[in-house]
Amino acid sequence: MGAYILRRLGAGFVVLVVGTFALYILVSLSGNPLANLMANPHISPATIRAARIELHLNEPLLQRYWTWLTGMLHGNFGISTTGQAVGPQIWPRMWVTMQMVIPATIIAIVIGIGLGVMSAVRQYSVRDHVSTWFAYAFYATPVFVIGILLKDFLAVKVDNAAGHPVLYTVGQNNPGTTGAWNIFVDALAHDVLPVLTLVLITYAAWSRYQRASMLDVLNADYVRLARAKGLSRRRVLYVHALRNALIPVTTVIALDFAAILGGAVITEIVFGWEGMGRFFYQGLVGPVTPDVNVVMAYLVITAALVIIFNIIADIAYGLLDPRIRYA
Amino acid sequence: MPEPREAARIDSPTSAARPVLATPLVGTPAQQGSGPPDPLLSLGGPAAIPQPDALANADAMAAAQAGLTIKARSQFQMAYARFIHHKMALIGLGTFVAILLFSTIGPLFWHYNYAQITNQFGTGPSLAHPFGTDTIGHDNFAQMMAATSTSIETALVVAGIATALGTLVGAAAGYYGKWADALLMRFTDLILIVPGLVILLVLANTVSKAAGNWLWIALILAALFWTYLARLVRGVFLSLREREFIEAEHAIGASGARIILRHLIPNAIGPIVVNATLTIAQAILVEAALSFLGLGIQPPQVSLGYLIAQGEGAATVLPYLFYFPAAFLIVIVLAVNFIGDGLRDALDPQQRVRA
Repeated sequence: MGAYILRRLGAGFVVLVVGTFALYILVSLSGNPLANLMANPHISPATIRAARIELHLNEPLLQRYWTWLTGMLHGNFGISTTGQAVGPQIWPRMWVTMQMVIPATIIAIVIGIGLGVMSAVRQYSVRDHVSTWFAYAFYATPVFVIGILLKDFLAVKVDNAAGHPVLYTVGQNNPGTTGAWNIFVDALAHDVLPVLTLVLITYAAWSRYQRASMLDVLNADYVRLARAKGLSRRRVLYVHALRNALIPVTTVIALDFAAILGGAVITEIVFGWEGMGRFFYQGLVGPVTPDVNVVMAYLVITAALVIIFNIIADIAYGLLDPRIRYA
Repeated sequence: MPEPREAARIDSPTSAARPVLATPLVGTPAQQGSGPPDPLLSLGGPAAIPQPDALANADAMAAAQAGLTIKARSQFQMAYARFIHHKMALIGLGTFVAILLFSTIGPLFWHYNYAQITNQFGTGPSLAHPFGTDTIGHDNFAQMMAATSTSIETALVVAGIATALGTLVGAAAGYYGKWADALLMRFTDLILIVPGLVILLVLANTVSKAAGNWLWIALILAALFWTYLARLVRGVFLSLREREFIEAEHAIGASGARIILRHLIPNAIGPIVVNATLTIAQAILVEAALSFLGLGIQPPQVSLGYLIAQGEGAATVLPYLFYFPAAFLIVIVLAVNFIGDGLRDALDPQQRVRA
């Protein structure tokens, strides 16, 4: 198991190095971070020269990549175009993003699997049809449309009805909140809508996969046998059938985790969160563009998160399916 | 995955009788009992080419002998028969065609151009402006037509390029393996660990500074989407190439290109078509996301994502500017997904023919 995880990490690392090379070149070539400075007549050539040296822009591209890569391997993400170190800026933002992504993933797994099982057990019932329709609708809706609908229509109505803000639509917290309990409640009130947005776009596909795999299992002979030998319906469903039906869905969930992080970029922008997705987006589009080190730091952290999540999924896979051997 | 057509032909009741009955009419003695009149196997002579009339005759005679009429139907006919019985797929197809007509033929009959500025600023839906006007004075109805057609055009181009490229690379990787396989799988690994949207944002940021028109956006979307098709085709080919009918092709000396084009691709056509359809839906959604973030379609061109982004600013004041493009986007994607579902059921040979 340990050796397996190490090998997975090693393979992921190789892909990451090759991938970062391509992306580093691509981002570097997309523009000149000094363009704003150079367009400003009040900035002296000496300042521009200093900025160029500070950002290593006087060096060849390959050398810049090498500097970045060796720095990154030592935990140093370089400096952003404002001259500040990227590392201390992006780690707090990563936790902000995780505040949205982790609850959303857990809730989406629970809802997706729950609704999928319910649909399969009561196939063609009213509940199954309603759940199917909702899944189709959410599957066809872009994440920003759900976000805007929740923000501008649900939140406004709820807050008006309550007479004071219950659901916050901008930012991840109110700065200056004191007391552990108040901070928690405040974060929760900010969390509801973004998490709900991510859950709605994510659970739909998962519930369809869960429904299909549960139906497959329920029609299998061993389930009929388990029922025939006198086990209770509940025990057959949740111990014998569900465990096997979870195996294919685990793969789908693991593969979709990257998509949730992608969705988080848009959700953070819609809800004005200072997360790492928005940080990446700002590094890409400006005002000073491209902020290569910011973009690359985001890419590396995201890839690392996806690799870690996939290893967790692999372990879950082994727990669900004893036939799997990590050789 | 469709059954191999060769196997189906040999197993079907009508074709078993075909060579025996056909040969007395047009065949040579040497061909009798030699199995199907395969032009590849027989060596010259007019009899080598099966005559359609003779075959039809043979079918009719076989049917008459058996006392019942069994008409063999082609893969396409069976798929069609199943598709037209899929209610949601038909509704989806109808909706999609209607929206397509609205966006392509609509502008010919509508008295406003999408770039034209009227003297109505931010008015709600009315007879003159069914979808209202925005704060600059654009007629939203005309804008919707232009935006819908841009979105659909982009998605169709993406699906076309991604399907062609994905099938080509997937076929090479699945059939030959070796370097094509290694290259494809490594490329896929990268996409599996970095969100596709993020890669697209990086690509779009580089491209949109040079040229932000819809064709470029379509090209970078296709640069990502082909990998999904390629992985799918590779998987199907990996299992198909071990089957007996491919072994038989090897035995008679067929070239790799012939095996891929004549045997493997026709057998993989079901998954390819279904995924091409679903690629259209995904491309519309992703293009909308890019345009929403300002890295997709650039003004003066408009797309649904761009209109939604514009409408968001005034969502509480002029909600119709947000509602119409959002609703159109959802309806188009739903319709395409339903068509995809219908095709999936229709092209799956394990389904019984219900027609």
